[in-house]
Amino acid sequence: MAIKDTASKRAPAALAALLACALLAGTLARASDAELVLTIKDHQFAPAELVVPAGQKFKLVVRNADAVVAEFESVDFHREKLVQGGHEIAVYIGPLDAGRYEFFDDLHPETRGHLVAR
Amino acid sequence: MLASLIIVFREVLEASLVIGIVMAASRGVPRRGAWILGGCALGVLGACIVAGFAGEISSLVDGVGQELFNAAILLAAVAMLAWHNIWMSRHGRELAASARRLGKDVIDGTRPLTALALVCGIALLREGSEVVLFLYGIAVSGGASAGSMLLGGLVGCALGLAVGVALYAGLIFIPLRHLFRVTGALILLLAAGMASQAAIYLAAANVLPTLGNRIWDSSALLSETSLPGQLLHILAGYTARPAGIQLVFFVATLVLISAGSWFATRPPRVIAGATPVTGQAPS
Repeated sequence: MAIKDTASKRAPAALAALLACALLAGTLARASDAELVLTIKDHQFAPAELVVPAGQKFKLVVRNADAVVAEFESVDFHREKLVQGGHEIAVYIGPLDAGRYEFFDDLHPETRGHLVAR
Repeated sequence: MLASLIIVFREVLEASLVIGIVMAASRGVPRRGAWILGGCALGVLGACIVAGFAGEISSLVDGVGQELFNAAILLAAVAMLAWHNIWMSRHGRELAASARRLGKDVIDGTRPLTALALVCGIALLREGSEVVLFLYGIAVSGGASAGSMLLGGLVGCALGLAVGVALYAGLIFIPLRHLFRVTGALILLLAAGMASQAAIYLAAANVLPTLGNRIWDSSALLSETSLPGQLLHILAGYTARPAGIQLVFFVATLVLISAGSWFATRPPRVIAGATPVTGQAPS
């Protein structure tokens, strides 16, 4: 069938183009703003409360000093990212309005902390 | 044990609901079981591979590889769902009619099963890699609680699958002539929700602006962490405090797929081969 044939030929090409765009766009992403660090150790965030600049985008580095995988997540500022044991990740956040924003380790939900934007 | 049960349940639930909808949407297509099972198997295999290279993926492209990877596979799933819906808007009615006329549920059609199988695979790839990493972490850490944690994980996995089966069982109660309209609507919302999640990943990778962090706050009305909130989040991308870019992607996906379906159902103005070519040939 003609419709199906052309569509199935186009799909992989479209997929490849999509991935290429995403990677290209990613190389353009640069840390031009403030950079902050958060550490997970013994299933605790340090600092448990991190002051961040309000009204501007910033880069947050999350270091996992524990041996097991964690997932840095926040419903308040919509972020979700795996952090392998002994690794660190970077995540771009904001611009946030002034206020308190909760984040947690989704794989150990009792591990919680806050960003305070001011 | 309960902690690992809940974590694995939530991850499996998402993939399980997607597969339930896809199974209902492909009802009556011969060999769909094999296709979808194949897609799922690929997804699980992919999840193990992604879990194995999670550190490497994460550190790609200045540390935002994980976000770009997630956004790319989500958008691929959106494209597959869009393709399915547009295809069905053209052929769904005839398929349902012929099934009714023949008095049987088997539809002899070349439906885009590849698209649906890939959607299942992608759903499992995304959620699965996290489960694999989590359970692997427990297994290697050993200790007295590891056994019960793993057991909790297995129970969570089984419960998550059960919800997907329940959704499917509910959907196939719908008579075939209405079923495709219902699954079409579900897939449209699913696609829009996935697009909105992809938007968040692209914002987290600093590729797209956030366009406002909290356009509204309905968390008092329906919390995203409650079970109904989570179900709505999976099925239609519900976010209690949506970012502007999420709304842009959500609405754009709804509009594009609906427009595509509308164009596909328009009666053709010329019958191919029957009308002579008008105008001048390009020289």
